[in-house]
Amino acid sequence: MIKVITGNDAAAYGALLSRPDVVCAYPITPQSQIPELLAKFHAQGILHGKFVNVESEMAALGYVTGAAVGGVRVFTATSSQGLAWMHEGLHWAAGARLPIVLVNVNRPLGAPWNLTCDQIDSLSQRDTGWIQLYCESNQEILDTVIQSYKLSESISLPVMVCLDGVYLSYLSETVDIPEQKIVDGYLPGFDPSFKIEGGGWKCYDVFPPEENAHSGDFMGDRYALHKRESNVLKTAVKCNEEFEALFGRGYPLVEEYLLDDAEVVLVVSGSVVGTAREVVDRMRESGHSVGMLKIKMFRPFPRTVLKNILNGKRKIAVIERDISPGQCGIFFQELKWALSGIENPPTMFGFVSGLGGADITPNLIRKAILHVEESDSGSENVIWLGLSKRMSADEYDGKSITIQ
Amino acid sequence: MNTTEKALRYNDKEYIRPPHGFCPGCGVALGLRYFLKAIGGKVVLVTPPGCSAPSISFPKPSLFTDDKLIDVIHCPFGSAAIFAGGIKTALEARGDYETQVVAWAGDGATFDIGFGAVSAAAQRNDDIIYVCYDNEAYMNTGNQQSGSTPSGAQTTTSVPHGMDYKDKDLIWIMMGHDVPYAATATIAYPDDLMAKAKKAKGIKGFRLFHILTPCVAGWRYPPNLTVKLSRLAVQTRVFPLLELEDGDHLTVFKKGKGKPVQEYIELQGRFKNMHPDNVAKLQEKVDKRWSKLCRISDWWTSET
Repeated sequence: MIKVITGNDAAAYGALLSRPDVVCAYPITPQSQIPELLAKFHAQGILHGKFVNVESEMAALGYVTGAAVGGVRVFTATSSQGLAWMHEGLHWAAGARLPIVLVNVNRPLGAPWNLTCDQIDSLSQRDTGWIQLYCESNQEILDTVIQSYKLSESISLPVMVCLDGVYLSYLSETVDIPEQKIVDGYLPGFDPSFKIEGGGWKCYDVFPPEENAHSGDFMGDRYALHKRESNVLKTAVKCNEEFEALFGRGYPLVEEYLLDDAEVVLVVSGSVVGTAREVVDRMRESGHSVGMLKIKMFRPFPRTVLKNILNGKRKIAVIERDISPGQCGIFFQELKWALSGIENPPTMFGFVSGLGGADITPNLIRKAILHVEESDSGSENVIWLGLSKRMSADEYDGKSITIQ
Repeated sequence: MNTTEKALRYNDKEYIRPPHGFCPGCGVALGLRYFLKAIGGKVVLVTPPGCSAPSISFPKPSLFTDDKLIDVIHCPFGSAAIFAGGIKTALEARGDYETQVVAWAGDGATFDIGFGAVSAAAQRNDDIIYVCYDNEAYMNTGNQQSGSTPSGAQTTTSVPHGMDYKDKDLIWIMMGHDVPYAATATIAYPDDLMAKAKKAKGIKGFRLFHILTPCVAGWRYPPNLTVKLSRLAVQTRVFPLLELEDGDHLTVFKKGKGKPVQEYIELQGRFKNMHPDNVAKLQEKVDKRWSKLCRISDWWTSET
C-alpha cells in the first residue's frame, strides 16, 4: 500500500509490522507521533502487544529491557534529552546482550533549548554498545525498523534506528507500506535461545547466560562483546540481502554514489544524504568530479569497508550535523581514524553544518565542494559551514574556518 | 514451640545459604529468608544495587532454593520496579501467570532514586511484589543519608547532629496510590511477615512491603541486638506494623501500651549525638503519627 506519511509514522508502521509484544510510550518532541500512532493501532486492535505508558525515558528503556529479559519482542522510541535520560540503561541493555529496537529521532540537547535536528544525541551514545543505523528517507525508516528486529534478534544486541528530527520526523514522503504477510515471511515470531522463567536457579546479568560475566572477568566480557563486531557486520549485510530479495529494495551499510571517478568524495549521513545526491548530480552536469558516500551504519563502524572504498581517493569532505566541542565532528573523527594507515591517504575536510536544525542547503554543499576543490591541504580544524552571518568570519592559523 | 518456629515450619526449604556476603547480624538476610520462605514457588527476584545484590551474588550466587525455583536479575539503581514490571509483562505474554516477580530493593533505591518508578508501577498496578528492605541509609556504600534515614540519626553524610530533613512515610504514600496491598513488617515478627507475604501472593496487582532491617554497622549496635531492635521499633511505635488493603483499609497492629522511644534509640550509636530536646520532639512525632494511623484505621472500621 502506497501512502504519503511522515517519518514518525513510518517508524510506527515499521514497529506495527514487526509485531512487538511490548511497546513502551513516553513523549518528547519531535518523536511524540510515534507512540501516538502506535496507541491508535493498539486501540484499533491491529497492534496486539501490550502498550504501556511509562513515567520517563529511563522507564521506557528499563521496562522493555525487563521484557526482553523475559524473552519477548519489544519496541520504544525517544529523542534528544530522552535518549540522554536513558544513558545508564543503554549501557545496561547492550552489556546484557538483549535484543531491543529503539527509534531515536535526532535532536540536539539543551542548553539552549532546541527542538529541531542534530545528531549529537545518538552520537553521544556511540560507546554504549548499541548498533546504530541512520536513515535517509521515510521509506528507509520503515524498512530499517523491520530489518533491525531481524538483526537484533539474530545477534542478540540492541539496535538504535536514527532519523533526523523535523526533516524526516515531520515531513511527508511517499512510502510503500508492505503487506503484513510478506513482513511475517521475512521476520518470523521471536523465539529466543534463552528466556528467564523463575526456574533457572541462577543469577543473571548477561543473556544468554553462557556469556555471563559473573565469573568476575569483566574484561573478558567486554572482549567478547567487542569481538561480535565482525559477526554484526556480516549479519547486517545478510539481513539486508534477504530484505532486498523479498521487497525489491535495500540499504547497504555504506552506499557509494558516483564514486568511481570522483576527485572529491562527499561523506554524509541522515536526511542530508538526499540533498547531497541532488548536488552531486547537478555539479557533475557542470563538469565537477564529485561523488557521494552515505554512512548508514555508524556502530559498529564499518572501518574495513570504508577503507576499501576510500583508498586511493584524493579528497574527502565530511559534512555532518554534530560537533564535539573542542575537537571536531564525530563522523570526521571516526573516518579519519578508520583511514589512518593508508599509504597516500586522502586529504580530509571536516565540515560542521546544520546544527540545531539550520538548513544544509544545496548551495551550502556546493560551496563546501568548491572549497575542497580549491584547497590542496586539508583542514586540521572544523570548517563551519553555514554559520549565521552575525558571527564574524574568524581565521585560525591564517585559514578561514567558516563558510557563510 | 514459639511463633517464629511455627512460622518457619510453613516451608522447610531454605532459600539462602553460605557463603553469602551479608554482614553478621544483618537484618536483610533474615528478611529475605522469611519472605522467600513465605512466597515459595517460582520467583524472579529483581535486585538493584544495594546490600542485597552483591551479598547474594558474590563471591558466587548464594540465593539457592532446594527446588531450584529462583532466578536473580540485577538492574540499574532506580530501575527495580521498572524491570520487574517488564519481566512480568513478558512472562504473561508467554502464558506464564504462575511465576511471581519480586523487586527486592533497599531504601535508597525506593525512597530516593527509584521513587518515581515505584509510584508509576503502583499507578499502573503492575502485577509485581515490590519489597523495600529498609536499613535506613545507603549502607552498601558505607552509611550515607537516604530518604529513609530517620531524623536525628547520624550517617557519614549527616554529621554531627544527624538527619535534619523531614521524614517520608512510604505506606502513607501507597495509600495515595490506592494499591491493592501494602504492608510493613520487621524481622522480629516472622509470623506476621510471613502471613502478610502469603496473603500478598494471593492478590493480583501491585503489592508493596516495607520491611525494617536493622544494620549492625550503620546503626552501630552489637550484632546480637538485631532482632531486639526490630522488636523495639514496633513496641515504641517508631515502626508500626501496618497492613493496607484495597487502598484504604488500614489495619494497625496495636498490641501493648507503647514504650518510650528512648528505649529504642539508646541502644544505637547513630543517635548518640541527639540532643534530649530532639528526643522529646521525636517522641511527639511518633505519638502524632501513631494517633493519625489509628484514626484512619478506626475510621475504616466504623465505615464498614
